[in-house]
Amino acid sequence: MNLIVIFFSFVLVNNFILSKFMGLCPFIGVSQNRESAVGMGFAVIFVMSISSLLTWAVYHAILAPLGIEFLKTIVFILVIASLVQLVELVIRKLSPALYKALGIYLPLITTNCAVLGIAIISVDENFGPLESFVAGMSGGIGFLMVLVIMSFLRQKLLLEKVPAPFRGVPIAFITAGAMALAFMAFNSSMISNLFPGV
Amino acid sequence: MSFLILFVSVLIVFAIGLLLGLIIASASHFLAVRKEARIEQIGEILPGANCGACGYAGCAAYAEAIILEGAPANKCTSLTAEGLAKIAEITGQETAAAGEPEKAFIACHALPFASEALSFEYNGLADCTSRALFYKGAKKCKYGCLGGGSCMDVCPVRAIYREKSGRVVIDRKKCISCRKCLSVCPMNIIQMIPESADYAVACSHPGKGVQTKQDCGVGCLGCSLCTKKSPDGGFFMDGFLAKIDYNKKGSRNEAVEKCPSHCIVSLK
Repeated sequence: MNLIVIFFSFVLVNNFILSKFMGLCPFIGVSQNRESAVGMGFAVIFVMSISSLLTWAVYHAILAPLGIEFLKTIVFILVIASLVQLVELVIRKLSPALYKALGIYLPLITTNCAVLGIAIISVDENFGPLESFVAGMSGGIGFLMVLVIMSFLRQKLLLEKVPAPFRGVPIAFITAGAMALAFMAFNSSMISNLFPGV
Repeated sequence: MSFLILFVSVLIVFAIGLLLGLIIASASHFLAVRKEARIEQIGEILPGANCGACGYAGCAAYAEAIILEGAPANKCTSLTAEGLAKIAEITGQETAAAGEPEKAFIACHALPFASEALSFEYNGLADCTSRALFYKGAKKCKYGCLGGGSCMDVCPVRAIYREKSGRVVIDRKKCISCRKCLSVCPMNIIQMIPESADYAVACSHPGKGVQTKQDCGVGCLGCSLCTKKSPDGGFFMDGFLAKIDYNKKGSRNEAVEKCPSHCIVSLK
């Protein structure tokens, strides 16, 4: 597996929000303004990168040798939740500025299914440590990208004459659906055209 | 064999959980950021309803702002003079004047769903905003309580309740003066009235007496009898609607008794 392919695959082709429909809660919740969208996006990149690395280590060091791979979901949830807690503590101590920027969003990500999703996908695809890390990071980048695009769209939507029952979240979901359709243009054949021979 | 796997799984999950728990517990001990004790003390004095009337994200954020940014302590609308004095003691600041606390009051005492006061039957969404969007509500009176209970939903301390008759009433003892109901009410009929007030005019209809009578029958007719019966009570006419100037402390009993539509209601 080539790292570039993994990168483009998770940013565009298998985008977490638009093609796997994971992490929809923060997607709808924080895409109302750009600042919080960017804050959330970076927090997700951060957590996804390190948690996919850590879950890889937990899976290959503990679960696989003991033959209890079926426990991966529950163990990953445990590991990710504690990791986020720990990271929050460390950031609060070491960098108050970063804590202020990410602070509110970090605990929210604990239960973001995209974070658990990337861990399980990495394991199912038999990724190595570096590949898992890149997968996590690119999944987060894809998340950030869609969140920022969506925040622009929602700012435009505020000025539109939307029928009253569709205002707010309903029209946001419809817009997201249209965006997901547009993202279907990014598929595996596009990647093999862009990177022939990979 | 299957028993072994079961045993191993339980053991592993338990061990991982225990390990992570220990790591986090020790981390929170060693990495603890000393919050100023004064912030927590003030946080305990503040009501903790997170109503947002002070302009900060919540009571904790406001407590932090008082200590770290020197924000004035009198922005919290529900603090008593006693609480303010306690905060002043902690911060060492001069006691900011508390002012007379004001409590919310719905200036309409008509029954919201009385059939004779309706001009059509409404079958849409139940909240007040939706009701008001449709011809300013189903009532003939376009200045009255629609009874949808939107104010009940936003009240952080649940001080607003519905009487058995269907009328929505504010419990002024529970009210913490956050003004959330004022901003959510689409008819703009909720007012802030000083806590010590004994009576209030429960009507917001600005129209002439004939119009008010046609619309509901319990509203202020604009007869100005109250201003004559209780000249010291602070009653005055704003167009065809009686209002009370609470700076005047005279007796208001006479006016309350003589009001032909009984729309001056007791707050005690």
